[in-house]
Amino acid sequence: MRLILNGKRRELNVHPLKRLLDVLREDCALTGTKEGCGEGECGACTVLLDGAPVNSCLVPAAHADGARLMTIEGLGGRHRLQRAFVEHGGAQCGICTPGMILAAVALGPKPSLNAIKVGLAGNLCRCTGYSAIYRSIRQA
Amino acid sequence: MASRAAKAVGRNVLRKEGHAKVTGAARYIDDLTFPGLLHARTIRSTIPAGQIAKVRFKGDRAGFTLVDHHDIPGRNIVALIDDDQPCLAERAIRHVAEPILLLVHEDREKLRAAEVQIDYRPSTPNYDPETSAIAFKSIAIDKGNVDEGFAAADVIVDGEYRTGLQEQLYIETNGVIAVPGHGVAGGDDGITVYGSMQCPYYVHRALMILLGLPAEQVRVIQTETGGGFGGKEEYPSMIAGHAALAALKTGRPVKLVYDRVEDMLATTKRHPSIIRHRTGVTRDGRLTAMDIDAVLDGGAYATLSAVVLSRGMIHAAGPYRCDHVRIRGRATMTNTPPNGAFRGFGAPQTQFAADVHMDRIAERLGLDPVRVREINALRPGDTTATGQRLGADSSALRVLREAVKRTDFKKRRRALASSNGPAEAGRHTPARGIGLSLFFHGSGFTGAGEVKLASKASLALTGRGARIHVASTEIGQGTRTMLAQIVADALGVPYEHIDVNAADTGEVPDSGPTVASRTCMIVGRILQRCAEEMRGRLGSLTPRQYLRKFGPLTITKQYERPAGMVWDDTLYKGDAYGSYGWGCDVVEVEVDRDTFEVKATAFTTVHEIGKAIHPTLALGQIEGGSAQGLGYALLEDVVMRDGRMTNATLTNYIIPTSLDTPPMKVVLLENPYPHGPSGAKGVGEMPIDGPAPAVINALRHAGFDLREIPATPEKIMAVAS
Repeated sequence: MRLILNGKRRELNVHPLKRLLDVLREDCALTGTKEGCGEGECGACTVLLDGAPVNSCLVPAAHADGARLMTIEGLGGRHRLQRAFVEHGGAQCGICTPGMILAAVALGPKPSLNAIKVGLAGNLCRCTGYSAIYRSIRQA
Repeated sequence: MASRAAKAVGRNVLRKEGHAKVTGAARYIDDLTFPGLLHARTIRSTIPAGQIAKVRFKGDRAGFTLVDHHDIPGRNIVALIDDDQPCLAERAIRHVAEPILLLVHEDREKLRAAEVQIDYRPSTPNYDPETSAIAFKSIAIDKGNVDEGFAAADVIVDGEYRTGLQEQLYIETNGVIAVPGHGVAGGDDGITVYGSMQCPYYVHRALMILLGLPAEQVRVIQTETGGGFGGKEEYPSMIAGHAALAALKTGRPVKLVYDRVEDMLATTKRHPSIIRHRTGVTRDGRLTAMDIDAVLDGGAYATLSAVVLSRGMIHAAGPYRCDHVRIRGRATMTNTPPNGAFRGFGAPQTQFAADVHMDRIAERLGLDPVRVREINALRPGDTTATGQRLGADSSALRVLREAVKRTDFKKRRRALASSNGPAEAGRHTPARGIGLSLFFHGSGFTGAGEVKLASKASLALTGRGARIHVASTEIGQGTRTMLAQIVADALGVPYEHIDVNAADTGEVPDSGPTVASRTCMIVGRILQRCAEEMRGRLGSLTPRQYLRKFGPLTITKQYERPAGMVWDDTLYKGDAYGSYGWGCDVVEVEVDRDTFEVKATAFTTVHEIGKAIHPTLALGQIEGGSAQGLGYALLEDVVMRDGRMTNATLTNYIIPTSLDTPPMKVVLLENPYPHGPSGAKGVGEMPIDGPAPAVINALRHAGFDLREIPATPEKIMAVAS
């Protein structure tokens, strides 16, 4: 399969039904994408597929053929959301953080509080109670 | 040495590992791999009670290694308190999902597909903690004479309250990797275990006993940990033992990471409770006698039940004063997976009962819930149920009054009550209510616990500052950051110049487990003393100058009990904790009159925690713990059938999402504890004590007389008139 992964062309030889999550973690050595439940409930494995957030544990590799894919590693380290999550306590244990930040990227700039709540409803966080995540996104 | 550094304590400095966490660079256990890595899978019992008759591997065994109890070189126990739990079952089975053997293979797909047939001779299980003949622990607390207290009462109020199981649901499941060889100075003997955990030295001790190895041949290294909440306090000793046995048998590294279903089915949960209160009270609302009886369901093995019960019983009377108190508690055995540590550790259960009961007392007397608490709240100089005389660092009335003021509680309560009038009944407007809870939480280990632990912490001088050596783990709460702030100020160097060593038993002393709201108050204070001594040794020299002149410098200090603290473990009397945090929650709820679904619509909490070392981190603990408490109250329902959790998936066990969590107003108050670093007390656990009683009190105000959590629509429907 061919895809654009974090802005770079990649060619991968993987089973078409392999979970995209495992392709990223095992075949591409991108371990920033996390597995929390393996059933599409927690959002820890969120990546952006052609700009839209998907649970990579539910996406077979074949679906990403020809797509633009972004993982947390593709965001670099200086994105305004990344900095805001550190400054405002949006990241505690950090296991939901990569997925949470990518879901927030998909909301676009300056989302309303309601848009954040709805947009992140598929990303579970057990540490923060979400308030610090809202503050991080709104102040990014 | 000049101390021009800006103070770090009280400032929101950047979290030490923040950048690694937001870039995906932080390495959690499942992100690690080793050459020659094998994978393991745990084969577990499918019956709740009985004997193993026969174990058969079905199919081709090529490439598989089987590990069972015969492979254990030391004692077959998960060493903790009672040493009653086998690491791998030999014959007897006490619960569903009890580990029996391990399969090891390099190919995870083959491992998943492998089948093992186990024949059993089942026996009759017991699921009722009240009729169980086996008590892991019983505790009695007596103060004054309850008979005298009841004789002085005008009114006696009885109540029975129940709480359910709760799953910690850290988003990173339990996992470890065991590697043969202890690695220190190239050691090929022994074992190294990497893993997601709260207490590396608990794992270290358990492995020594299981494997029959000396301390220096066992090395335990915590990896970045994706949440714990108590769920990674004792369980990692079990999973580390399994992986270590497999690694020693195969001579290769072995990874054992649970999937979500296995983690929910097999690992510990919060103890369910049944608590009965009988309270004597005068007509004007003063408590004259409190008689409390509590049963915790311990599950199949003792784990930490004895100490969960202890904290639960010490908090059972709530933050209220009464001269005559009798508390009886026991934690008993049932044939369900063992229950264990979960944030709050018994106190959320007993304070749920105490504070729901307080509202029922108010109702019976025709007093408002604020007034009855104002009359009875513990003041400085009062004594608790264990006879501990409270100092000036206690703040029950202050948090109560602040919460009442901030929420305009009395006015709001009248307004909501009138919105539930007869004209509204049957209409498609929700029933609404507001409730509050008052609570406290002891910081540190109970009673003589800290003296027995005798925790040590070390500080090593570096060219630019110092390096912290502790076994206290960063599990999201901010341990590295908060400890570095305390050390930076005590040493007089910038926060950025303090490094924190990995929690690696090969390199750090045993600073005790990362539990019991103790890391800041207890370990932080030991480190502060290390830094103060180091500063004295440096004198006018910079760290670099000192190292050049005198060579390396490491200061190690041990816990010292504050003067005057006394505890009698036999009578359960005395100073149960060095200090307490104090909290008051106010919650508003809406109940759909057709579906009985409850929505928490507003939440305010006032927390007095001594001193917020890092306000953003403290706020994170309070908001996050409160959200878990709201989940405990309303959503989180572990459904057990025939001793097995039937909803062991995130699809069916519901924790709060962003849409379920109300806006939170948090008010931080500071009333310093003289023996805490900069006055700090604990903060980690207390936030989960308050939400459940506040929710149930709000539901009562909305017209639903429920005395049990979780308050699911089914339960509310059952009490709806």
